[in-house]
Amino acid sequence: MKFIRLQLALQTAALAILFSAASRADDGGKAAFSKPELQAKLEYCKTCHGLSGQGYRGYFPMPRLAGQQPKYIENQLQAFIEHRRMNPVMFNVAHVLSPSMITALVAHFRDLDPNPIGGAPKENLAIGKTIFDEGLPEANVPACSACHGPAAKGKDEIPRLAGQLFPYTVKVLTNWSKERGQRSAKDTSSIMVPTTHNLTQSQIAAISAYISSLK
Amino acid sequence: MKLIASKVAILAIVSCAAGPLLAGEPIPVRNCTWCHGTSAQGFATAPRLAGQRDQYIANQLLSFSNHSRDNPYSMQYMWGAVANLSPETAHDLAAYFSMLPPKAANDGDRDLVAVGRTIYEQGIPDSNIVSCLVCHGPNAEGVRGIPRLGGLAYSYLKRRLEQWGEGYHAAAEPMPRIANKLSLNEIEALASYLSFVEYDPLQSERDCVANADDGIGLPCLGRKVAAPRLQ
Repeated sequence: MKFIRLQLALQTAALAILFSAASRADDGGKAAFSKPELQAKLEYCKTCHGLSGQGYRGYFPMPRLAGQQPKYIENQLQAFIEHRRMNPVMFNVAHVLSPSMITALVAHFRDLDPNPIGGAPKENLAIGKTIFDEGLPEANVPACSACHGPAAKGKDEIPRLAGQLFPYTVKVLTNWSKERGQRSAKDTSSIMVPTTHNLTQSQIAAISAYISSLK
Repeated sequence: MKLIASKVAILAIVSCAAGPLLAGEPIPVRNCTWCHGTSAQGFATAPRLAGQRDQYIANQLLSFSNHSRDNPYSMQYMWGAVANLSPETAHDLAAYFSMLPPKAANDGDRDLVAVGRTIYEQGIPDSNIVSCLVCHGPNAEGVRGIPRLGGLAYSYLKRRLEQWGEGYHAAAEPMPRIANKLSLNEIEALASYLSFVEYDPLQSERDCVANADDGIGLPCLGRKVAAPRLQ
C-alpha cells in the first residue's frame, strides 16, 4: 500500500514537473498568451466557480475546481466541445480556450486549497461512507472508492470528489444520463450511467454529503 | 418632478419614523408603494418590487441600513427609509412584495433584444464576460438571494450595471467584477432584452423546489432552457 502511494506520489511529482516545465516554456519564448491574459481568464472562471475555485450555487450549482485532477478538467472541457457533455454555457466557455491556456488553468486549479467548506446535511454521513467504501452489492452499485480512490482524490481522468459541493454532486448523480455519456461510446463518463441508476434519491444525498466532508 | 419625488420620499421617511409596529398591525406597505407604485411595479426612479425574490429584498433592505448599497438614489431615498425598519417588518415586507405578480416593463430598445439575449445566455467568452443565466436563471427569474431581472425597467437595469463599473455597491460580489467589463452598448443591449422578459406563471411550481432551503432544485435541472417569450 505504502509502495503504491509512493509510486503515485512520484507519478504526480513527475506530472507536476512536466506541467510546470510546459507553462514555463509558454511564458518564455513565444508565449501563446500573456500573464494578464491568463489572469483575466482565471478571473472569468472564478466569477462562477468561486474566488478560490470553491464552487458556487447560483441558479445552477457550479462545481468546485480547487484540487481537481488536471486531466479530468481537460477531458471535461473537451467533452463540452464535442457535446459528450451537454452544457450550452460551458460549450461556449470551452471552445475559445487554447490548449496552452487550458494547461495553465488546470494547473492553477489543481494547486488551490481543496479543504471542505460544508453546507451539506450531516444526518446520513455514515450511510454515505458505507456506500462510498463498500457500494450496495444487493443493488449492483459498486464502491465509489474502487475508482475514485479511498480518499476520493481521483486520478487522471477520474475526478477528485473530496470536498465537492453537495448540491452539485446531487445534481450530477441524479441527472447523469441526461447530461453525459449519451452521444459517444468513448466518453469515459458513460460508465457512470449504469453505476448510478439504481441509487435512490436519499442514497444520492447521503453519498454527496459524505463526499463534501472529505479533505 | 424632482421636487415632488423628494417630497414623497420625505413623506415616506416621516411615516416610517413612527416606530415599531404593534402585534397584529398590518405591514406598512404604503410607505413603500408611494415610490415603488401602488401595485409595486416600479415607478420613475424606484424599481419594481412585485415578484422580486424575498431573500433578495431582505438582503437589500439590510444593505441600505448598513450603507453598503451606496448608489446615489439608495443614499438619497432608501437609507432614510429603512432607518427605523425592524428586522421583522423587513422580513414581512420582503415576503409580501415577492408574492405579487410582476409585469414586464417592455421599455427597452427592441432592436437590441437579440444581442442582449445572446450576452445574457452565453456571455462573451472571448472577452471573459460570463453568462448571466447560470446565476439568474434561464428566464431571468432569479433564485433565493439572486434577484429576478426579467421585466425590470430599462433605465433601472442600465443604471445599476453602469454604477457597478463606477464603483458603487462594491460589496455585491461578483457583480462589480462582471459589470465593469461591459461596454455601454452591451449594457444597453442587456437592459433592453431583460425589460421584455415576461413572468412565467408556470414557473412558480419549479421555484418552490429551487427555493427550498434543503432542496437542490432538482426538477429545475435537466429540463430544456425555456425560451423567454417576447411580445
